[in-house]
Amino acid sequence: MSDDNIIRFDKVNKWYGNDFHVLRDIDLKVARGERIVICGPSGSGKSTLIRCINALEEYQQGQLTVDGILLADDIKAIEGVRKQVGMVFQQFNLFPHLTVLENLTLAPMWVGKLPKKEAEERAMQQLERVRIAEQAGKYPLQLSGGQQQRVAIARALCLTPKIMLFDEPTSALDPEMIKEVLDVMIELAEGGITMICVTHEMGFAKAVANRVIFMDQGQIVEQNEPHEFFNNPQSERTKDFLSKILGH
Amino acid sequence: MADIFQPVAARPAPIATEGLMPWIKRNLFTSWKNSLVTLLMLGLVAYLLPGFVQWGAINAVFSAHADACQAARGIGACWGVVTEKWRLIIFGRYPFEQQWRPEIATLVMVTGLVLSCIRAFWSMWLLALWAGVLAVFFTLMGGGVFGLEPVRTDLWGGLPLTVMLATLSIFCAFPLAVLVALGRRSNLPAIRTLCIIYIELIRGVPLISVLFMASFMFPLFMPQGTSIDVLVRVLVGITLFAAAYMAEIVRGGLQAIPKGQLEAADTLGLSYWQTQRKIVLPQALAMVVPSMMNNFISIFKDTSLVTIVSLYELTGAHGLALNSDVNWRPFKIEAYIFIIAIYFVFCFAMSRYSLWVEKQVNVSKAR
Repeated sequence: MSDDNIIRFDKVNKWYGNDFHVLRDIDLKVARGERIVICGPSGSGKSTLIRCINALEEYQQGQLTVDGILLADDIKAIEGVRKQVGMVFQQFNLFPHLTVLENLTLAPMWVGKLPKKEAEERAMQQLERVRIAEQAGKYPLQLSGGQQQRVAIARALCLTPKIMLFDEPTSALDPEMIKEVLDVMIELAEGGITMICVTHEMGFAKAVANRVIFMDQGQIVEQNEPHEFFNNPQSERTKDFLSKILGH
Repeated sequence: MADIFQPVAARPAPIATEGLMPWIKRNLFTSWKNSLVTLLMLGLVAYLLPGFVQWGAINAVFSAHADACQAARGIGACWGVVTEKWRLIIFGRYPFEQQWRPEIATLVMVTGLVLSCIRAFWSMWLLALWAGVLAVFFTLMGGGVFGLEPVRTDLWGGLPLTVMLATLSIFCAFPLAVLVALGRRSNLPAIRTLCIIYIELIRGVPLISVLFMASFMFPLFMPQGTSIDVLVRVLVGITLFAAAYMAEIVRGGLQAIPKGQLEAADTLGLSYWQTQRKIVLPQALAMVVPSMMNNFISIFKDTSLVTIVSLYELTGAHGLALNSDVNWRPFKIEAYIFIIAIYFVFCFAMSRYSLWVEKQVNVSKAR
């Protein structure tokens, strides 16, 4: 059965240890090309949710299917999924001992088996896309936070993923640098890639998201298209949360 | 009303902060306490140095005359002992007329070591170079081919033995250490347990007892008629010993790698070995260069312990040269100073090299 949903969570449950029930009965379908923003208080499970999608976290109950592949313990399935999914972290996680260009060519050369020259061409294209090509020869620590995060986005794009996951991509940045990263993400969204973004940048949510999801205590409390979500939240918990993050 | 912003142009510092005089002032005479210590130390040097120069140079005997040395006892050093015994100290029991062989062998190996340290030579060719170096070394030392007279390994000694033991055990121990360190952090319980047992077992015993086992106990367990050369057994013993300590150093580096690095490698689809080779080890090993070099230096000196299993490397050969010679035995100290100088040259070179390597691997951290 071919499926328009590129990601499907069916009653997914996850525990840390025996007692901490971090994801509770998650049901979520993501259509191809959909752009989703997930928000919620810290500890609500939103990062854990997206980390399940590329098997950085395992779940204990239910089923998670990504691009037609059922994610279970099977190592082949995990490899298959990771080829389709790019991820950007809050702390960038660039490899500090490699230059920007080497950061980008590493996976295409070693995982994608591309020849060096081709990998470098592809890397330079992506660096131009995030407007940082002139820094290709520098080391990550020589760049500003915003520049590093843009390099991290380019690195994920070098593997031509179908899905991009963003785990609070602007939370570790100085206020002056948030916009340059968001601009790149907005451009990316316009390109039609499936995007799931954990963020509290509500301006970004309004501008690009098809759907905003609010999570609390391991559950999806409410989801809606952005206009309705912000102007007409249904649950008290969502209203309370929104009043706190939009109230100032 | 707020003042209007005025940019301030950069200007030079009002007092010099670089150069000899500012350095002396800043480091030696910052306060009266510092100045006092500096002067006391200078006084101490002024008090001790003339005596040492008197003993070591002015009143010293440089020729190999035991009688002249006897006459100068107590007032001057007897460097004659070095003139007389240096071949025995440097080459041990190796047959006298064949000593050109260990001489060339050592030169070849030291040249190989120096070349390996130069960045321009860091490539796969280095492995070929070392295959050649070792072939030349063992052919020259052991003989038995090309008309070279065979020399048994228990006659090898002195500096060639020290350099060879240290080099080979470091070369073999390092990769083993990396594997054991990775194994100790493995998710597979069997491998992890095995590595822990190995490390703890080796760390629980002194090197001397490892050498003793390798030399005297191990042959007892071997089937009748088979025997492994004592040199090989000792080499394996030192390697296993050194690897356990190095593995713990490497593990320290592995632990310092942030989890995010592994997650990033995972999301890019790198396999376990690709991640270790490309991401984890380059960073982890760069972090442990100082303590690793510390360990190398200590192995170099620990090779002196093989004397107890009757292999006379540099320190052992020193004893061999002097203990049984009544004429020269009184001048052991001077001969010791000679081998100390040799050890120092090697160890100091290693420690300076370590600083250079640190600089090379930290290029990416410079802002």
